[in-house]
Amino acid sequence: MNDNVKIPHIKSVETRHLEEREALFRGLHNLDRRSFLKVSTGAAAAAIAAGAANHFHSFLPVNVAYAAGESAATPGFTFAYISDSHLYVKKTNERFVRQLLRAVDDVNRLDPQPDFVLYGGDLAQLGRKEELDLGAQILKSLKAPVHMMVGEHDWYFDMGHRWNELFGAQTYSFDHKGVHFVVLMSVQEKDFWSARGMSPAERMHTVAGLDNAVQSAFEVGAPQREWLKKDLEKVSTSTPVIVFSHSPLYKLYRPWNFWTDDAEDVQALLQRFDRVTVLHGHTHQVLTNRIGNIQFHGMLSTAWPWPYAPQGLPALTVQMNRPNPFDPNDGLGDGSVAVHPDGLVDKLYNLWNRNPMQVKASYLSSGGKSDVPVAPTLASY
Amino acid sequence: MNNPRFLALILLASALAAKADSQSPPQQSPATPAAAGSKQVKLCDNKTTVQVPNDTPKTRAEGQKISDALMAQWKASNPNSSWVQGEVEAHQVVVPADNSKLVGTGQSATYGTVTQQDVQVWKNETYKTAVYGSKVFHSGDELGSEIAVSCDMCHPRASNTHPESYPKFQPQLGRVALLRDMINWCIEHPVRGKVLAPDDPKMRALEAYILAQRKGVPLDYGKR
Repeated sequence: MNDNVKIPHIKSVETRHLEEREALFRGLHNLDRRSFLKVSTGAAAAAIAAGAANHFHSFLPVNVAYAAGESAATPGFTFAYISDSHLYVKKTNERFVRQLLRAVDDVNRLDPQPDFVLYGGDLAQLGRKEELDLGAQILKSLKAPVHMMVGEHDWYFDMGHRWNELFGAQTYSFDHKGVHFVVLMSVQEKDFWSARGMSPAERMHTVAGLDNAVQSAFEVGAPQREWLKKDLEKVSTSTPVIVFSHSPLYKLYRPWNFWTDDAEDVQALLQRFDRVTVLHGHTHQVLTNRIGNIQFHGMLSTAWPWPYAPQGLPALTVQMNRPNPFDPNDGLGDGSVAVHPDGLVDKLYNLWNRNPMQVKASYLSSGGKSDVPVAPTLASY
Repeated sequence: MNNPRFLALILLASALAAKADSQSPPQQSPATPAAAGSKQVKLCDNKTTVQVPNDTPKTRAEGQKISDALMAQWKASNPNSSWVQGEVEAHQVVVPADNSKLVGTGQSATYGTVTQQDVQVWKNETYKTAVYGSKVFHSGDELGSEIAVSCDMCHPRASNTHPESYPKFQPQLGRVALLRDMINWCIEHPVRGKVLAPDDPKMRALEAYILAQRKGVPLDYGKR
């Protein structure tokens, strides 16, 4: 060996991957256009230099700009989300606990910190006090303020009693930097348990089975729709509205309750606004839809991924990869939401151990023509 | 299920089968001397009995009363007898192929032509295996999970189990896997239960359920 031979500095695939990932996240957290473009051009130049013309898994943020001079409804900000942790008590199942802790670490590491964290529902698996208490304790270590949403797994053991004690009302609204936020309890079910003489545990167990056909369909229900109507009365049509609901506020697949029975009625209340976004849990997957002016995004779970429904998948959904069963954290994750000055959002799915997927407002606004997310090689069966 | 008669048949058949399994060697029922002035009537399980006074009028209504009393007694001592019905209602197991067009055709065998009863037995027995599979599939306890995890948590209605793609080379295992290899892998890892022998009734039932739910999907072994 000749020691004088100069070995050119070559970065491994892994190093390049990690650098690009890092660059993307830095870029996403500095949402003003200039720094975003800087990140994007810098990374693009590097990629081109590396001959990565066909670089499928690149994180390069493409086409960032939104119309200059558009009136700003909000200064723009980010919030993070964690959802569907399905906690058992530690003694029963430590894995789900560790996975929620991982998501909390993810969010706490975000720099700058998000304005708040949305918890998307199904904190507990069987709605027990011990499960909810454990979840509440873990979420306390989040640095940013938390807004809670309830899921069916939190509710049907004691009909929300403990959840309400810990987190307050399940239906509420708040305003943040010019955006009106609404949190709904969209997992009301008509009474299927009394006639069958079910115990609270049996009722909970029935609802906890995604494919259990004995339970009823999810709905927001008339009293809550009335509340929503009143709540929105004082909000002007130019105010961006962001709604959190545990179930998707549209009808996708009834056998798994990827469904809200009175979705059309709720959508009707939201149609008069210029910019509406709905964020929902329950589906444990990357899920994208647009109905009229309303843009819909799913959230990832920290416990387990669901397969895509055999029917009814919205045309705008680009599926996440088919989770690898040999990788216990595959198909799971958390994420964040960047709210643009115009009030629409870019949704980031932070898939653990995978490339993150970003679904931009421009993708939805253009009806799927621009900024199409990269589809994975292996889709759902 | 929209065929109540079919269900009722399975229900009775499975209940009786369950009974037969649990029964100790055929016991000569101690000839309980019928109370004076009455006779003993026994159910087809050879166990459940009622005493009927000799002076009971021989009418249809009285006969029905005897039969109801026997069934009520049997149901009380077999509280889980409707597990098939419960499982089907909750999890909508796909019904097996309908062979009724074979009724009346010959098969050049000892028993001559295929009867309606043959077809019903084939269907009931096959379906019951798949329904038992559904029960195991949806229960962490049946699977022996130490962490309360069951198959349906990732595979509602057995979706994404793709039995039609086996056998196939599973790179993560470094060899060709059969469906049961993947079932056992899942039981051992995400479910954290004890692996099943290939001929374990639970393994056979799980395979039956998973295949049932993909009825009609073309076989495509080796598919990624």
